Amino acid sequence: MAVILDPAPALQAASLRERLAVRVKRLLTLPALLVIGIFGILPLLIIVVYSFLTAAPYGGVTLPFSTDAYVSFLFQQDIFDGTLTFVPDYLLIFLRSFIYAVATTFICLLLGFPTAYFMATRPPSQRSLWVLLITIPFWSNLLVRTIAIMLIIRDQGLLNGLLIKLGLLHRPIVMLYTDFAVVLGLLYSFLPFMVLPLFSSLEKLDFRLVEAGYDLYATRWQVLRRIVIPLAKPGIVAGSLLVFIPALGAYVTPLILGGGIHMMIGDLIAQQFGSSRDWPLGAAQALILMAGVIVALFFYVRNTAGKVQHG
Amino acid sequence: MAEPAQRWAIDLKHQPGFKGVAIFCLVILYAPIAVLALFSFNSSDLLTQLDGLSLRWYGQALWNGDFYDAAANTMIISISATITSTMLATAAALGTTRSKPWRGQTAAFMVINLPLMVPEIITAVATLAFFSLLASLLRIDFGIGNLILAHTVFCVPFAYMPIRARLEDMDVTLENAAADLYATPWNAFKRVTLPLLLPGISAGAALAFIVSFDDFTITQLVAGPGQTTLPLYIWSQIRRPITPELNAMCSILLAVSILFVLASYLIARKRR
Amino acid sequence: MLEIGNVEKVFGQGTGAFRALTEISLEIRTNEFFTLLGPSGCGKTTLLRMIAGFEHPTSGMIKLDGEDIAAKPPFQRPVNTVFQNYALFPHMSVAGNIAFGLEMLGRPKGEVAATVGDMLRLVRMEELKDRKTSQISGGQQQRVALARALAPRPKVLLLDEPLSALDLKLRKEMQIELKRLQHETGITFVFVTHDQEEALTMSDRIAVMSAGHILQVGTPRQIYDHPANRFVANFIGDTNFLEGRIVSRGAGGARVELASKAMIEASLPDGATTADAVTLVVRPEHAWLVPGAGQGVLDGVIDNVVYLGTDTHVHLNVDGGAAFIVRRQNRRDSVEELAPGMRASLVIPDGLAQILRD
Repeated sequence: MAVILDPAPALQAASLRERLAVRVKRLLTLPALLVIGIFGILPLLIIVVYSFLTAAPYGGVTLPFSTDAYVSFLFQQDIFDGTLTFVPDYLLIFLRSFIYAVATTFICLLLGFPTAYFMATRPPSQRSLWVLLITIPFWSNLLVRTIAIMLIIRDQGLLNGLLIKLGLLHRPIVMLYTDFAVVLGLLYSFLPFMVLPLFSSLEKLDFRLVEAGYDLYATRWQVLRRIVIPLAKPGIVAGSLLVFIPALGAYVTPLILGGGIHMMIGDLIAQQFGSSRDWPLGAAQALILMAGVIVALFFYVRNTAGKVQHG
Repeated sequence: MAEPAQRWAIDLKHQPGFKGVAIFCLVILYAPIAVLALFSFNSSDLLTQLDGLSLRWYGQALWNGDFYDAAANTMIISISATITSTMLATAAALGTTRSKPWRGQTAAFMVINLPLMVPEIITAVATLAFFSLLASLLRIDFGIGNLILAHTVFCVPFAYMPIRARLEDMDVTLENAAADLYATPWNAFKRVTLPLLLPGISAGAALAFIVSFDDFTITQLVAGPGQTTLPLYIWSQIRRPITPELNAMCSILLAVSILFVLASYLIARKRR
Repeated sequence: MLEIGNVEKVFGQGTGAFRALTEISLEIRTNEFFTLLGPSGCGKTTLLRMIAGFEHPTSGMIKLDGEDIAAKPPFQRPVNTVFQNYALFPHMSVAGNIAFGLEMLGRPKGEVAATVGDMLRLVRMEELKDRKTSQISGGQQQRVALARALAPRPKVLLLDEPLSALDLKLRKEMQIELKRLQHETGITFVFVTHDQEEALTMSDRIAVMSAGHILQVGTPRQIYDHPANRFVANFIGDTNFLEGRIVSRGAGGARVELASKAMIEASLPDGATTADAVTLVVRPEHAWLVPGAGQGVLDGVIDNVVYLGTDTHVHLNVDGGAAFIVRRQNRRDSVEELAPGMRASLVIPDGLAQILRD
């Protein structure tokens, strides 16, 4: 029997193949990275730079570099004597957006949790039907869905028309272009974003734990509060994030339902790049929004990183 | 305690009122679009009263030259963006799944999913700034290609997810078996991996298409003259006095979305 | 002929390194049904994968008919595998699966069709040739996996615990079937299993493995009758162990004194042991019990009599603590004269006890 100790060829050939395989994988990923890098990341960097430039007369930017944009976020400079006065308008819009986003997230949670729980406790055949029913609005055109709401709640819209016809009203109630309209629109847009992650989390729930809870004389409410909700925490956090962040930066909803009166950050930024022709300011506002998003994401990562892994 | 005997008769998954909330949510989600669709069939042009059913508004919408132009633009942009993004996403999924993570793979993964993290309005203004810079500084303007590129960027992560999921689900021993049976890595990919990946690629393409087709925010800020898409066209119609023709156009858009969602769902079920 | 020379396999590096295989050397002959037998984790599957090309040895040599294949990727080795989970291509029909290897080798269409037909006949699956592989039973899938691996006429066929998913009756049928296939095709089979009975039934030769080492290589008879060490003795079949001390040595045997002071003639395989204190191995069917005391080499009390249909096992508590199992075949005229609680003597004929080498 030939016994030859010859490790080199086999090992070399195999590791050569391995390295080639890695190279191929990198190469495959490269095109996507290039496209997103050039047309996705680079534009964001440009915005960062723009926030430190000066507005050009007809839109766009020019040199010199300055921090005027950031200053004008909070202050207005008197043309004559250069004094700065605190102008809360933009800050108010940010605050309003934050409140809307929080309110929306909260209501979505209140409505979404029971819905997701109900869905997760259906028998499997029914379950996929429910998922389909929730998924359809999720992927439907946001603009159209917002317009649908607008058509219903506007003064000459369906709701008012119906109430007047039924004799419950004499004049239409103003619902469009109010806080109510915007929050309703946000709620309508993002409810599926809350339900689906919650459902995903609750589906994995081990109901034997619930059974154990009942066995130990817990009431329904206690079981919910002490067992189900803590275990569904990942889903709650994910869903909340998926609602809060887009709601904070919402554009279509305030555009159609806010009428320029109840502006949110989204249409404020768009305005700077449109009629207001103040790109640096818009860029600055965009970055401040982005900072808010990053804080929220950081909060999420912190929250899930410290979690005990459920086997 | 009288409870124990009763307790076992209770469905322990049941929580009172939850069913009601669930149904309420479904109603909220579907009522507006149901109403929208319903009134698109209204035979009169009133928006608050349903007189009878007719297809007249659909006829009017489809007869509308501007509507067709917008539809054509949308198709060009969305189909191009879908094809491109699906190809990029497939390659990226193959490169980032099912092997020992290579150096920088997590970073690559984050870059691919970046468009999902950034609020759309920020992406929209950034893209606008980018293309106007390109035009003014380098005199490069791709025309409708600008929109196609912008759409491709945010379509990639949507196509990537289902493809990656499908790839991870696939049995690794199948490729081993192919290699065992004399298939070179390329042949194994062509004859085994790719056919089995096809449902994932289809699902990814469907998602990419819907997302591109429905996009408003980015398109509105980036589109130049003559590049109106269907969502943009509908938006322009809101400014005017509202007619049920608007309902019809909106319903057409909804129908397209729903069709694609159903198609994705059925494809996913078929491979069970 | 498949030569494996001093193969070692280490996974990982440094303190986390795991030694999967140590000093593995084997010579597997052409047209042999060779089995790698051992408990889970012993390295048998790693070794198999190494022959197939899915792992590469950290050091050592693998040669097939004189040609070094250790450096070659799987698709360049004339070796085919029947996987434990069959790994049938779900998007191809039965015939498509079987044809795959031949198509990859670039054989002409006519030849492919003819060979596929032959294979279908060989495994008796002609009627199901157009079925999708998800629509056939587990046993049928197994046969397709076999046909698929045999179609390209490899030099070696590797089988990774292919029968483990089948129920008992089907397993027994497939064992006979595999043996028949191996004879008909003349291809070398390397079979991996943890079931010692399966190994004994089917193999020409067996390599018993444990913890990355090969403990013994031999025919089923050699391994059963002359286990090389305690592990092999324990792993293969039921075994009884007796302690004793060598009193005198002879050619191929020794006289051993047992704890009861009785003398027994034990056999000693090649490689004489120098120690005097030894362990003896006695197979349950190589001894018998006689009621009463003092009539054999050891006395004890019957603990349990287990009726197993074909055999009866009698458990004896030997005086002094050890347990001993005696097995005898049930015959129509057997009379139950042994019952729990009785005293009995253990009789072991000369030469049937074997001295263990460790």
